[in-house]
Amino acid sequence: MENQKKSDRPMTIQEAYEARPRLWWLYTLVVLIVAALLGWSGSAVVFKGFATKGVEVAKGVWNGLTHPDTALLFNLTTDGVPYQLMQTVAIAVLGTLIGGILAIPFSFLASDKIVPGWVAFLFRAFILLIRTIPSLVWALVWIRVTGPNAFCGVVTQSICSIGMISKMYITAIEDVDTRILESLDASGCTAFQKIRYGLLPQIIPNFISTVIYRFDINVKDATTLGIVGAGGIGAALIQCINSSRWSMVGAYLCGMVVLMLLIEWFSTKIRKRLTRG
Amino acid sequence: MKKKASAEYRAPLFDRIFPPKTITLPNGHTVQQPRSRQPLIWICVVAAVWASVLLTGFDISILIKRGHQFTVILEQLFQPDWSFMPKVISPLFDTIKMSILGSVLGATLALPFAVVSSTNVNRSGVTVALCRFLLNLVRTLPTLVIAKFAALIFGLGTFAGTMAITVFTFGVVAKMLYEAIETIDMGAFEAMESAGGSKFQSFWSACMPQILPTYLSYCLYSLEMNIRAAAILGYVGAGGLGIIINERVGWRDYHGLGTLLLTLFIVVLVIENTSEYLRKKLS
Repeated sequence: MENQKKSDRPMTIQEAYEARPRLWWLYTLVVLIVAALLGWSGSAVVFKGFATKGVEVAKGVWNGLTHPDTALLFNLTTDGVPYQLMQTVAIAVLGTLIGGILAIPFSFLASDKIVPGWVAFLFRAFILLIRTIPSLVWALVWIRVTGPNAFCGVVTQSICSIGMISKMYITAIEDVDTRILESLDASGCTAFQKIRYGLLPQIIPNFISTVIYRFDINVKDATTLGIVGAGGIGAALIQCINSSRWSMVGAYLCGMVVLMLLIEWFSTKIRKRLTRG
Repeated sequence: MKKKASAEYRAPLFDRIFPPKTITLPNGHTVQQPRSRQPLIWICVVAAVWASVLLTGFDISILIKRGHQFTVILEQLFQPDWSFMPKVISPLFDTIKMSILGSVLGATLALPFAVVSSTNVNRSGVTVALCRFLLNLVRTLPTLVIAKFAALIFGLGTFAGTMAITVFTFGVVAKMLYEAIETIDMGAFEAMESAGGSKFQSFWSACMPQILPTYLSYCLYSLEMNIRAAAILGYVGAGGLGIIINERVGWRDYHGLGTLLLTLFIVVLVIENTSEYLRKKLS
């Protein structure tokens, strides 16, 4: 661009190519840093060969996935895969819903468009704190309150979801076009009308889209919460893995994969419609 | 309003059951206003919530009755035991190392798969479908289950964790990347192909510069996620902080757990801020 200003005629391709920004030192620096990080982390991660039963396990997993236990897969009692999957989804539904509602006040209080800077900072730090604590730890803490059941999973997911949902709510709130609110103000709308016709139509689709996206994640998360005993399919799955019943493992995994694919398909479809209006 | 109407006409089953309302305008024209879908959506949502309450045994009274238990633990968590700190450092570094190496490996592996799965570069429908199916399969498996398998196959320790993170990163980055590749401008690619470049050459010089910033920012984003994910992998024996989390909870030493969570919080804060800064620079 600068060269173009100096001479009045536009640059030839050759000139433009020679005037390209040369950032080789930056690239070298980045490569060096990445190489150093890799070297440093490579030191801790050493391949020590397969575990004594490693090959056997790998074979078992493969056999299980190719020959799942169909009796378990289509068993309609409470032990069967369908019921377990339904419970997993139920945990995610309630957890996401409650989390999505709880996140609303947090996100408004953490957006510096609405509250003073230091309040926003405090709430942002709090949201990050919630997000940092792994969901398994939340589950382990809540188990003391609710006992090891699906309800624990619901409470855990309600709290865990707040973190990510409010982070995305905040972006939605900060993207709100304030000129619309001003124009409503100028045409003499009351505060309620301003919220109803100026604010809500702008943020509701974003909020719903966020919640559906989080639901996707929560279903996946709920499948693992069972590992610590917070309900869902995870408990049964991990028991089967520990006792090497691979065909049952295969049945659970097949059910999970089908469920996840279905939910992802639906959620992408709904979210696409929401963004298109 | 017009937009909304066209969106609703696309699914005609609902409109056939509940025919749209016909309004006659003053000038004699008639317009059709489709019925609102809101009641149906609300019924579905309420039914889903009701079924979920039944399935999970949701009971708010337990929370009210035994809620103080939670504050007891929370109080202990917020009084960290600093003497426990030295024991946290080494697994913490293990976790960071696992996630860095896993992210780099996974992201590198993701690049060719993402290219093959994007419909605008790869014209062969079969390979696209195969690749996407593989990616979907990888993504649907929860990280902890992958880590459990890895720990059983490769033995306990950080190597299993790295493998689990590699697989997880691979799935996520490849998905995001092929979606990004499908939105790029293919003009330059076509020009290079018609000038006689091979597919690889054209992709490398025409598409790479376009997707590189996005790709790098996805890598950083996945690194952010992985640090948090890696922290719990040890729970199933895949190395890192999770081992201590498991141990502390087992001993009900919530002061020690508090120390651990606080250090993790600081590390995540530092890494997220650095990566966010870099990602802003990239875009």
